[in-house]
Amino acid sequence: MKTVQTSASSTYSASPVQQQVVRSLKKRHRQEKLFRFAGMTAVGISLLLVALLFINIFSKGLPAFWQHGIELEIHFDPAVVKISEQPVLQAGESPQAFEQRHLAWRSEVGMVNFNRLIQDALLKVIPDGAQHRRDLARIVTSGERFALRDRVIANPAIIGQTQKLFLLTDANIDVWLKGNIDRSLPDEKQQLSPKMREWVESLKAEGVIQNRFSWALFMNPDSRSSLASAGLAGAFMGSLYMMLIVILLAVPMGVAAAIYLEEFAPKNKFTDLVEVNINNLAAVPSIVFGLLGASIFIGWFNLPMSAPFVGGLVLSLMTLPTVIIATRSTLKAIPPSIRQAALGLGASKTQAVFHHVLPLAIPGILTGAIIGVAQALGESAPLLLIGMKSFVASVPSSAMEQSTALPVQIYLWQGNELRNFFEARTSAAIIVLLGLMLTLNGLAIWLRRRFEVRW
Amino acid sequence: MNNLSLIIILLVLLAVAYQLGMQRSRKLAGGQNSASLHSRPHHYGMMVGLWAVLPPFFIMLLWSWLSPAVIQQLVLASLPTEVLNSGEQAQVLMRRISNLATNFAVLSEAADWEINAANYLGALQQKSGLLLLALMFIVGALGLLVSYQKIRPSLRARHQVEKALMATLLICSTIAILTTIGIVLSMVGETLKFFSFIKPTDFFFGTTWNPRFSTAGVADGSLTGSQGSFGLLPLLSGTMLVAGIALLVAIPLGLMVAIYMAEYAPKKVRDTVKPIIEVLAGIPTIVYGFFALVVVGPYLADLGQMLGLTIRATSALTAGVVMGIMIIPFISSLSDDIITQVPKALRDGSLGLGATKSETIRKVVLPAALPGIVGAVLLAASRAIGETMIVVLAAGNSPSLTANPFEAVSTVTVTIVNQLTGDNDFASPQSLVAFALGLTLFVITLLLNIVALVIVRKYREQYE
Repeated sequence: MKTVQTSASSTYSASPVQQQVVRSLKKRHRQEKLFRFAGMTAVGISLLLVALLFINIFSKGLPAFWQHGIELEIHFDPAVVKISEQPVLQAGESPQAFEQRHLAWRSEVGMVNFNRLIQDALLKVIPDGAQHRRDLARIVTSGERFALRDRVIANPAIIGQTQKLFLLTDANIDVWLKGNIDRSLPDEKQQLSPKMREWVESLKAEGVIQNRFSWALFMNPDSRSSLASAGLAGAFMGSLYMMLIVILLAVPMGVAAAIYLEEFAPKNKFTDLVEVNINNLAAVPSIVFGLLGASIFIGWFNLPMSAPFVGGLVLSLMTLPTVIIATRSTLKAIPPSIRQAALGLGASKTQAVFHHVLPLAIPGILTGAIIGVAQALGESAPLLLIGMKSFVASVPSSAMEQSTALPVQIYLWQGNELRNFFEARTSAAIIVLLGLMLTLNGLAIWLRRRFEVRW
Repeated sequence: MNNLSLIIILLVLLAVAYQLGMQRSRKLAGGQNSASLHSRPHHYGMMVGLWAVLPPFFIMLLWSWLSPAVIQQLVLASLPTEVLNSGEQAQVLMRRISNLATNFAVLSEAADWEINAANYLGALQQKSGLLLLALMFIVGALGLLVSYQKIRPSLRARHQVEKALMATLLICSTIAILTTIGIVLSMVGETLKFFSFIKPTDFFFGTTWNPRFSTAGVADGSLTGSQGSFGLLPLLSGTMLVAGIALLVAIPLGLMVAIYMAEYAPKKVRDTVKPIIEVLAGIPTIVYGFFALVVVGPYLADLGQMLGLTIRATSALTAGVVMGIMIIPFISSLSDDIITQVPKALRDGSLGLGATKSETIRKVVLPAALPGIVGAVLLAASRAIGETMIVVLAAGNSPSLTANPFEAVSTVTVTIVNQLTGDNDFASPQSLVAFALGLTLFVITLLLNIVALVIVRKYREQYE
C-alpha cells in the first residue's frame, strides 16, 4: 500500500477521487476488522451460551445422582412382624382362590409396623434417640418401610434374622449434608431440628450415613409422600411406550408417504395439496397437536386420559412430517441412473423402487426417523393437554395405563415445593433426558457417516 | 378373544397362505424354471396371502367399530322400562353395567336388573366375539381357496400385489391431509361452541382476560357460570412482546454467526462450530424453561437491582431472552444456507471493483440474500409464537396489557395450557376458549409460514 501511495503522489498528481480513496482506506480497513470481530463475537457468544447451559445443568444435576442413606442393622423381629405363613398353592385349589388368599396375606404384611423395625435399628446407632422419638421417626424417608415390606414378601424366611441394609435418609437430611441450604439460618427457618442436625453430622462423621449412587432415581416411580425416593422409572416407561408407538406408526407411515410422493405420485392438484399440507404441518406449533389429541382422541374416541397410547398417537402425528421430509430428501438424492438401470433390465416400477432405490436410501431414512423420534422424546407441551401431567405413583405396565413422560416429569419436579432438593433432582432428570437424546442423535450421525453413499 | 390375538392369527394365516401360493405357482411352472410364469413365485404367494388376510382384517375393523354400539342398543332395549324412563343417562347406565360385567367394583349395591343386564352384556360380548371369529375364518378361508385355485401361469399376480401396495402408500400419504382436516375441524367445532357463550367481538377485541372458573358463582346462584371476560388482546400482546424480545436477541446473533460461518470461517472451524450451535435446536424446550427459571431469571433480576430497575425474575424479558437463545440456530442455519447460495459472480464483481470483504457482504451479498433472510426470520418468529414450555415456566403468567418487558405477562400458549389442565368442565367456555386460542395460533403461524415459504421459494428461483 505504501509503495502505491508514494508512486502515485510522486509520478502522477493524484486526482481528488484517488486522494479520497487513499484517505478513506484506513477507515475502511478498520470497518472490515470491526465487522469480522463482530462475527467472531457472535459465534463466541453463541458457543458461550451452549457452554453455560450445559455447565449449569451438569453442575447442578450431577451431585443428585448420589444421595445420602443410612446403613442400619435391621432386625426383622418376630414380635413386630407377626404374620401368618405365606400361603402356598394347594392341590385342587383354583388359581383365583389362591390369588385371593395371597392378596389377603400381602395386605396382612402391609399392616405390619415396619417403622418400628427402622426405629429400633436407629436406636442402636443413636443412643439418645429414645428421648426424641419424633425426630427419630424423620431420619429415614417414609417410603423405605415399603422396601422392608417387599423384602418380607419376597422372602418370609428373613423374619427373625438381622440384615445390614442401606436406607435412604429424608430429603431434608440430603439437602443439609450437601450444603444446599444456608446453614447459618436460624433454627425456625431450618427444616431439621437442632437435635437431628447434631445426629446427622455425627453419623456422617462415623460413616453410618453415606453418600452413595442413587439407584432410587432410576428404579422408583415418582413419589410425593417420600420425596427422597422419587424416581424416574414411571416417566421413563411412559416415554418408552410412546416412542415405541411413534416408531411403529410414524416411521412406516412417513416412509410410505414419502415413497409415494417422491416416486409414484402423478403431478396433479391432489399431490400439490398433500405437499403443501406436509410443509405446513411441519411448522404447526406442537401445542396445536395437543389440542387435536384432547378434542379428537379423548373427546370423540373416548380414549383414556394420561395414557401413553394417546400420547404416542399425538406425537406420531407431530413427527410424521419430519419423517416424510427427511425420507423425501434422501430419495431425491439417489441418482435417477439407478432407477433407469433397473427399469432397463425389465423390472417394474415398484420393483425398481423397492429392490434398488429403497435399500440405498435406508441409512438416510433411519437418520431422519431417529431425529424425529428424538424430537418426539423431548416434547412436552402437547402431553400436558392430554392429561399426562397428573401425578402417577406407579410404573405403568401397559400403554393404556396412566403415566407421565420424561419431559413432563421434569416439569412436575421443577414445581415441587422442596426447591432445595428438587432443583438438583430436576437437573439430574434433565441430564438423563439429554443423555438419551444425545445418544439418539449420535446414533443418527454415526449411521450417516458409516453408511452414507456419496454420488 | 381380543384384537391383538386376532391380528396374530391373521399374521400366521398370511405366512401360511404365502407359502401355499408360492409352492403352487412353482409346481405349475414345472419345478426349477419359473420363466413360464407371468410373475415371480413370491408375487403369487403375496397375492394369495393378501386375499386371505385383507378381507377378514376389514371385517375386524368394521366389527370393532360397529359392534359396541349395537351391543349397547341391545342391552338398553333389554332394560326394564321404569329404569329407562328414570331419566338417567344411557352412558352412565352402560358404564355401571359394563363394570359389573367385568367384575369391577361398583359403588353401592347392584340392583337385580343391573346384574341381569350385566350378564346379558357378558353373553352378548362373548357371542359377538365368536361370531366375529367365525366370520373372519369363513371369509379368510374363502379368499385363500379362491385365489389359490385361480393361480395360472398367465395370471398377473404382480399387478394385483402392486395395486394393493400403491393403495397402501396412497392411504399413508393422505394421513397428513387427514391430520390437517382433523386439526381444523376439531378446533373450528369447539371454537363455534365457545362463540355460543361469548361473542366473537368480545373475544377478539376484549382487553381483559379474566376467565374465572367454570364453577365460579354457580353454587350460590349469583352467576350463571359463563361469566368472566375472555379478551384476546392481553394474551396476544404478551405473545408478541416475548416473541419480539426473542427476535431482538436472535436476529443479530444468528445473522452474524451465519455471515461469519459462510464468509470468513475456515473450513475446520465451520465443521466444528456449526454442529455445536445446532445442538441448541435439539434441546427440549422444557430444559430451556428450567434454565430460564433457575438461572436467567434470577440473574436478570439481580442485574436490574444493580442498575436500579425492578425486573421480575419471571418476566417477558426472561422468557424472551431464553427463547432468543433457542431460535439462534434456526436463523443461523437457514441464513447460512441462503448466503452461501448467493452466486459467486456477485462477490467477485464487488471485490474486483475494490470493495473490502465486509463492504461486499453488507452492500452486495446481504441485499441479494435479504428475501431469504426475511423468510428465515419469519419461520423463526412463528416458532417463537408457538413456543409453550419456556413461557409456561418463565413468563410469569399474568395476563395484562403491558408493553413493559420487565413485567410478568401471559401468552396464548400459556393460557391454552392453563385452561385445559385446570379443573374446568370440558364443555364450559373456560375450557372451550383454549380451542379458540389454538385456532388463532394456528392461523397466525400458518400465515407466517406461507409467507415465509413463498418468499424463500421466490428467492431460490431467482438464482437457479
